[in-house]
Order: sequence, then C-alpha cells, then structure tokens
Amino acid sequence: MSFLELQGLDKRYGEFMAVSGCSLAVEQGEFVCLLGPSGCGKTTTLQMLAGLAPPSAGRILLDGRDITNVKPSERGLGIVFQSYALFPHMTVHDNVAFGLEMRRVAAAEREQRVREVLDLVHLETMAARYPRELSGGQRQRVAMARALVIRPPVLLLDEPMGALDAKLREEMQIELRALQRRVGITTIMVTHDQAEAMTLADRVVLMNKGRIEQVARPFDMYEHPNGRFASTFLGKANVFRGHAAGGVAEVLGHRLPCPSDGATGAIDYIVRPEKVVVTAQSPLVRGRIAVRIFLGNHWLFQVDTPLGPIQFTQVNRGETAAAEGQEVGLGWPAEHVRVVPAGAGA
Amino acid sequence: MNEPRQPLPYWLGTPAAVAMLAFVVLPLVLTLSLSFYPFTGSHIGTQLTGANYASIAGDGYYRAIFLRTFELALVVTALTIAIGVPEAYVLSRLSPRWRAVSMLIVLGPLLISVVVRTLGWAILLGNEGVINRALLATGLVQEPVKMMFTFTGVVVALVHVLVPFMVLAVWASLQKLDPATEQAAETLGAGPWTVLRRIVVPQVIPGVLSGGLIVFALVASAFATPAIIGGRRLKVVPTTIYDEFLGNLNWPLGAALAVVLVVIVLSVSLSVNRGVERRFKQVFE
Repeated sequence: MSFLELQGLDKRYGEFMAVSGCSLAVEQGEFVCLLGPSGCGKTTTLQMLAGLAPPSAGRILLDGRDITNVKPSERGLGIVFQSYALFPHMTVHDNVAFGLEMRRVAAAEREQRVREVLDLVHLETMAARYPRELSGGQRQRVAMARALVIRPPVLLLDEPMGALDAKLREEMQIELRALQRRVGITTIMVTHDQAEAMTLADRVVLMNKGRIEQVARPFDMYEHPNGRFASTFLGKANVFRGHAAGGVAEVLGHRLPCPSDGATGAIDYIVRPEKVVVTAQSPLVRGRIAVRIFLGNHWLFQVDTPLGPIQFTQVNRGETAAAEGQEVGLGWPAEHVRVVPAGAGA
Repeated sequence: MNEPRQPLPYWLGTPAAVAMLAFVVLPLVLTLSLSFYPFTGSHIGTQLTGANYASIAGDGYYRAIFLRTFELALVVTALTIAIGVPEAYVLSRLSPRWRAVSMLIVLGPLLISVVVRTLGWAILLGNEGVINRALLATGLVQEPVKMMFTFTGVVVALVHVLVPFMVLAVWASLQKLDPATEQAAETLGAGPWTVLRRIVVPQVIPGVLSGGLIVFALVASAFATPAIIGGRRLKVVPTTIYDEFLGNLNWPLGAALAVVLVVIVLSVSLSVNRGVERRFKQVFE
C-alpha cells in the first residue's frame, strides 16, 4: 500500500468527463508532476485531492485512510494555488500564521514555527510586509511557507511557476526542488510545462483528455514514450504512421529499422530529433533542408523528405552547419526508435 | 509635460462644467447667502445676521430633529450593511441565470416611483393595513401594532429601497476578490463562518464603505419616505426644511437648516471615509 493512492477517480461535469479512471500510487517523499495540456484534467485531479471538487466516482487513500469525503478544512493538506491566493489584508506573518491559528496552536509555538518556515523560504526579513509589497517570486515563497507551516502530509502545487517570468521560473524551480528534498514532503504538482516537469519530478504523470496516458520517470518517459501524444508532448519527436512486421517497419514505401521489442501491425514510428544524424553512407531517407534555426547551444533543422518533414538537431560545436536548401541524407540507429501501436495515446 | 496642451478635452468638458456651476454650485451659494438674512414674519430683511444659526443651535426642537435624522441614517446604514453584505455574497455565488433573476429582484425597488413604493408601505403598515389585519386575524395581537408614523416604519421603508445600493457596492468589491483566497483559508482549516469573517469581509470593506456612505447620505436627505410614513409627527431635517420654506415661508431658516445638514453629512462622510481607508489601507489600492 502506497502513501497516497488515487483509485479510479472520475469527475463529471454534466455530460463532460473532466477526469476518468484516474488511478495513481504515490510513495512517501516522492515528487510527482501531473503534466498535460490545458483542459486535460490535471487541475481537476489536484482539486479532488485537495477536497475542493468532490469526485464523481473513485477513492482517495492517504496513509491507508479513506479521505474521499473528508472536508478540505479537515484534510490538512498544504496547497499552493496558481494565483498564490495570499490574503491581501494580512501581513506575510499573519498569512503564514493563519493555518496555525486555525489549528489553535499556542502563541509561543506559533511564532516559533512561523519564524522557522520563513527562514526556510528566505523571507525572514519580510514578515511585516503585505503581499502587494512583494515581488512575484517572494509571493510564491510566502504561499509555499503558508502551506508548509501546518506540516501537511502532502503538498499540492497548482502551476506554482505560472505567474513568474522565464528566468525567475528557472531559479524558483531549483529552489523548490531543493526545498522539497530538505523537507522531504510528498509533493504533487500540476504543470503544463514539460521542461518544468522534467526538472522537478521524480515521476511524471502525463494526462490528456481526462485520462492518464503514461506514468514514468522523466528519462524513461522521454526515451520510451508509449504513444504519439507522449512523444510529442514531452520533448519533440518525428512520428510516422506505418506498418511493422518481422523487425522492419514500412512507412510510405520506405523500409526503416525497428527495435526488436517494438509493436507489429499498424504502428506509429517515433524518432527524436537529436537521434537523427546527417550521413553520406546509405542514408535511410534523403531530403532538402527547408528551415534552419540557430538556438545557441544547438541548431534545429527541418528537412522535407518523402516521409514528410523531419526535424533534427545538431549540437553547436563551433562548426558551420549545413545551409538551408542543401540536400542531406539522414539516418538513425534502430535502438533509438520507438515503435508503438498506431493511435496509442493519440 | 512638454506636450502642447490639447484644447479639445477642455471644450468637451465645458457643457458639464457649466451645468454643474449653474445647477449645483450656484444654488448652494445662493442657499448659503440666503441663510444669513433675517426673517421678520412677513418678509426677508436686508441686514446680514447669524440669528438663524443661533436659533437652530439653541432650540431643542431643531436639535431633536437633527438627532432623529442622524439616528435614522445610522440605523438604516447599519441594517443595509447587515442585510446587503450577505445578500451580495449569496448573489455572487449563484449560477449566472439565477444571478440575473435575483439581481432584478434586488434592483426592483429602484424601478418603482418613490411615491408609489412608499404608499405601498403605507398600505402594508397602517392600523387597517395588510400586516395588522393578518396579525389580528391570526390572534397574535389584540390591538393593531402601530407602525405608521413611527421610527420603525420609516426605517423599514428606507431599508427596503436602500439595500440595493449596498448590494451593488459590495457586489463590485466581491468581483475583485480572488475566490482562491477562500479556498486557501478553507484548506488551512477555516470553517465557512471563519472564512466569511476573516477572509471575505475584510476584502470587501471598500464596497461596504462606499455603499455605507451612499446610504447614509441618501437617508439624511430622504424626503418622500419620512414625509409619507413619518408624517408630521416624526419630522426629519428634510421635511422640516420643506415646512419652513413652504409652510412658514421662512426661507432663511430653511436655508440655514439645509446648510447645516450638508455640512454635517459631508464632514461625517469625509471623516468616516478617511478613518476606514487608514484602518484597512491594504485592501484599498
């Protein structure tokens, strides 16, 4: 039995199934990201966990106890909202102390714990400020402190980086990861940003159209996507529809190499851009470079081939890269190809 | 600041400014000057005097009327806050369709002529009125309960028409409230009542303040309702002014009463406004 278990959660709004059959087991201390495009049901799942949206079916077990019908005020989970939802009329100190006040923690211990948690998020000097006197990153840390101070068994984060600019977001991601490790708290975070999910999560739960597509460690999901959706949502991918039999795939009349463990029959043939190389000797496919984009540490090419457009990347080693309009031969090793049943996770 | 000054906005503002001067500022100035003339019982004298103010300040009759007026304003304001704030909160929680219907019901009193509405209350509140007949018929009371020409009657009728102002003002504040702050409080262990008291109400203070100021000023200057429900037995400042002007033809005294009313309402409003803004400065932005 895992620390936190979601068993067959459904959430129905009228005719619309926001979430269907969501099952997940989370271990204590784990950092899990619910990743998916907007409207995939990730936030609804988080709200069911928080108790803010009652599930239409299914159960939630926390440490073996069924909390499906426990009120949010009695679940005792720590939640950081997308807007942070700080109380604008209270100081940082009062915001953080609110949860302890509700728990009737004695004043002395309350002050002590508020001070500790503000230290933890490096806001010890900001206690007397009001939320509108803080920067975006500081507000986020107040929200985090307010959630952590009640020592919740689980921390729920709803797009906590959504309101921050790109540079700050990166800093806060690193800080959040370090904080989560230090506190050792089981954390579930919702995000639509695949890079964020890969940076932070021990495991990624990929969701689409109300269903869980794949649950895996970031590296495993990147290397072994279980379908077209997983391969294109987490990182970039070239995906071709084809047919596979006997270790060989056929896509639009081209014979392409396959790993031995791939699916057979109608398949999606997946190869990542960085696994594609330019080769002069027996290329798998030839084409003309249509677009070349310089991205600092690497180049991104799009090549028009008989298979359709293929994207590939090349690390920038200071050499001049192939020019737009140039004819190139492309190849890739069989072991980097993923072959999944056609339409899996479409 | 180096931009050439655009004349157009000033021209566009002129009609409103002229109308304001002609119909608001000028009458106020004239009223103020009128209040310093003596009244001899048949005509207005020419010698400037402070006698009108002296008689208002010295006469217990006028003091009682002023006290009654501001007591009425305070009671009605308090009741509209007590009724309007929860009403606005409930409205903001309804589905859009029910909200539209409920809004129409809330605004209903404002759509009816003040005289018709007040006479409606007279029909309900009178000794032979609907309420008393029902009470007598059910045997709950032996004698009709006196409601016409009482303070309570005036309060009921004024609260009825002024609650919409409070609801609208609080409603506007509620629109700016992040509903996630309520959820956050809830997940931190607060019950519904605590959420309302500690999270929602402090954030809608600006709405309560503006609604309260509007209601207070409207009650202090209300004429039709106190005139019909309160009658001559329960005079307030506006009905007294009316009687001085049109009954006793003592225009200077009426003008002085009006000036005192304006000054008191303005100073109460401004000081309450400043005090509340200072106390809750974090929710005023």
